[in-house]
Amino acid sequence: MSQNIKFIQGNEVCAEAAIYAGLDFYAGYPITPSSEIAEHLAYRLPQIGGKFIQMEDEIASLCAIIGASLTGHKVMTATSGPGFSLMQEALGYAIMAEIPCVIVDVQRGGPSTGIPTHGSQGDVNQARWGTHGDHSIVALTASNHQDLFEMTVYAFNLAETYRTPVILLLDELVGHMRERLIMPEKGEIPLVERLRTSVREGVDYHPYLPREDGRLPMSDFGGVHRYNVTGLYHDMWGFPSSEPRTVHGLIRHLVDKLENRIGEIAKFREYHLEDADVVLISYGCSARSALHVVKNRRLRGERLGLLELQTLWPFASEIVREKCAGARSVVVVEMNMGQMLQAVKTAVDEPEKVFLANRIDGVFITPTDISNILRLIQGKGV
Amino acid sequence: MAVKDYIRERFFPHLWCPGCGHGIVLNGLLRAIEKLGLSKNEIVMVTGIGCSARIAGYVDFHTLHTIHGRALAFATGVKLSRPELKVIVPMGDGDALAIGGNHFIHAARRNIDMTAIVMNNRIYGMTGGQFSPLSGCGVIATTSPYANIDNDFDVVELSKAAGATFVARTTTYHVKEISDFIRKAILHEGFSVVEILTQCPTYFGRKNKEGEAADMLRRYKEITTPIGSDAKKENPDLIERGIFLQKENPEYCSEYNAIIQQAMKG
Ligand SMILES: Cc1ncc(C[n+]2csc(CCOP(=O)(O)OP(=O)(O)O)c2C)c(N)n1
Ligand code: SF4
Repeated sequence: MSQNIKFIQGNEVCAEAAIYAGLDFYAGYPITPSSEIAEHLAYRLPQIGGKFIQMEDEIASLCAIIGASLTGHKVMTATSGPGFSLMQEALGYAIMAEIPCVIVDVQRGGPSTGIPTHGSQGDVNQARWGTHGDHSIVALTASNHQDLFEMTVYAFNLAETYRTPVILLLDELVGHMRERLIMPEKGEIPLVERLRTSVREGVDYHPYLPREDGRLPMSDFGGVHRYNVTGLYHDMWGFPSSEPRTVHGLIRHLVDKLENRIGEIAKFREYHLEDADVVLISYGCSARSALHVVKNRRLRGERLGLLELQTLWPFASEIVREKCAGARSVVVVEMNMGQMLQAVKTAVDEPEKVFLANRIDGVFITPTDISNILRLIQGKGV
Repeated sequence: MAVKDYIRERFFPHLWCPGCGHGIVLNGLLRAIEKLGLSKNEIVMVTGIGCSARIAGYVDFHTLHTIHGRALAFATGVKLSRPELKVIVPMGDGDALAIGGNHFIHAARRNIDMTAIVMNNRIYGMTGGQFSPLSGCGVIATTSPYANIDNDFDVVELSKAAGATFVARTTTYHVKEISDFIRKAILHEGFSVVEILTQCPTYFGRKNKEGEAADMLRRYKEITTPIGSDAKKENPDLIERGIFLQKENPEYCSEYNAIIQQAMKG
């Protein structure tokens, strides 16, 4: 069979991958550098009987997709930093009410309006802690179009598996970059469909009672089971409760359902880690330059390796610790002031051997930038 | 079905204060639905946050109790993704028109088929009696201890201007009108608004010396009049009750279906 090869923009890859995953409802509000996702879906969704709506703001966009998810649809919204900030309250709602949905944040430089047309990875911690209260969260990313396609599908799969919002934390560079994509065939990437309850009409259904495997079968709004969905602490029927045991049980469930399955959720790529004495850790656009450095240095016989994180949250501490155990130094490469650096430092046995190679001026971090910083770290001067 | 078949009996008595008007709205709403003979499975009630929003807990429909001000945005997702469902969105005055004001005008502008009920007690009940954008000048609230200087919205005029295609107003004194207007609003295809003046004796009544719930109810009778009555000509300060607007305009979900037909043809 001939391969279906496309040469398209990252944002279009994300939109097409979402359709591949089963997306049929999108709500959003335009913002650079994410708008192409909305534009592409406004055109594509009605062709497959899906729906697109441009809402009045990002708050409404996330709220609308939560509503559509409850009627049984696979849903997504996309935005960038300022819009992602506006979404934080509804994100907490989706966490609390356990609503599957995908939120794409194509990062640009912040804070505030910042630098709309330039890349940044400054929302890593906002993705983790942007909404109030204790919680866990899934955030994924990708550095190239083939991975972006897969991670987008993976985002939908995780959202359905764990009944949770999933954040796809892209960046301007990957979003706007054009490169080759081999379109996966239908069925090539497995899809997780909505797990619906088998409880029959008239039998008591518990929307918030996890099965033994931790999954919570859903029932579509409009179906035979009528239940309550709320952002308040609630019992297994979804009715508000302030009973301490219920409150404690729910918060533990919301956190544990993700934190206890990091091994299953964590995706990463590794390059030459076996014997690396310098381990680079990177993700998203920065990982492209990091990989370039590793490949070049390997040719010169230097023992550099790269751990590319694809799942950012929940943070795979164990994996990071293990992969860094034999390294003389660990260098986190990212386009922010060290947001992932902190997580890496906490994970490894010797935090003093962890360094930062970054750029925060809106300019893509190049292999030369990384090399210069490596020389400094290695005490060689620039 | 009888009215009691539409409620979740195990949650009664409700948590509203004695004399609160919200229970009267609930009653009127259920009578409307009973009269329409709707199946419980085809109704989705979406609410935000406030004393009024707690109404969702008491009805045996699909209920979505969301975040403050955003009920109509959630409801838009529910309705567009499944247009055959009847979507009812009761909101407090703050919920609907302060924090939720933007969603309110845009839902009206789209003329998306749902029923917005504004339970207007002219105060923030849940948070303890602060003024709202429907309080109006002169009202005493915990955040306007010297008298409110914020002008109020006229829900009817605002809804009409924003694009709603069914607009009605009544009060908790006029219980028959509540169920009659809500019934017509649900039947109406498009964005419908029913404003119901409802008493909060605990905060509005006490702060503004309007007496007990019964006094406040009686007052609704005195300060309102049917649309176009002679009384209004004599006393322009009277608040009109009735159906102000009922017109047909293209409805959002139907229009989107036409887009799908067009896009699928290729
Ligand atoms: C984002 C946010 N801001 C503020 C609040 C606090 N809050 C809860 S209900 C409410 C107002 C309630 O008044 P109204 O909507 O008029 O309803 P009522 O309680 O009077 O029925 C406020 C300000 C909140 N829950 N969320
Ligand atoms: S505070 Fe006011 S609005 Fe809230 S329940 Fe009491 S009377 Fe009703």
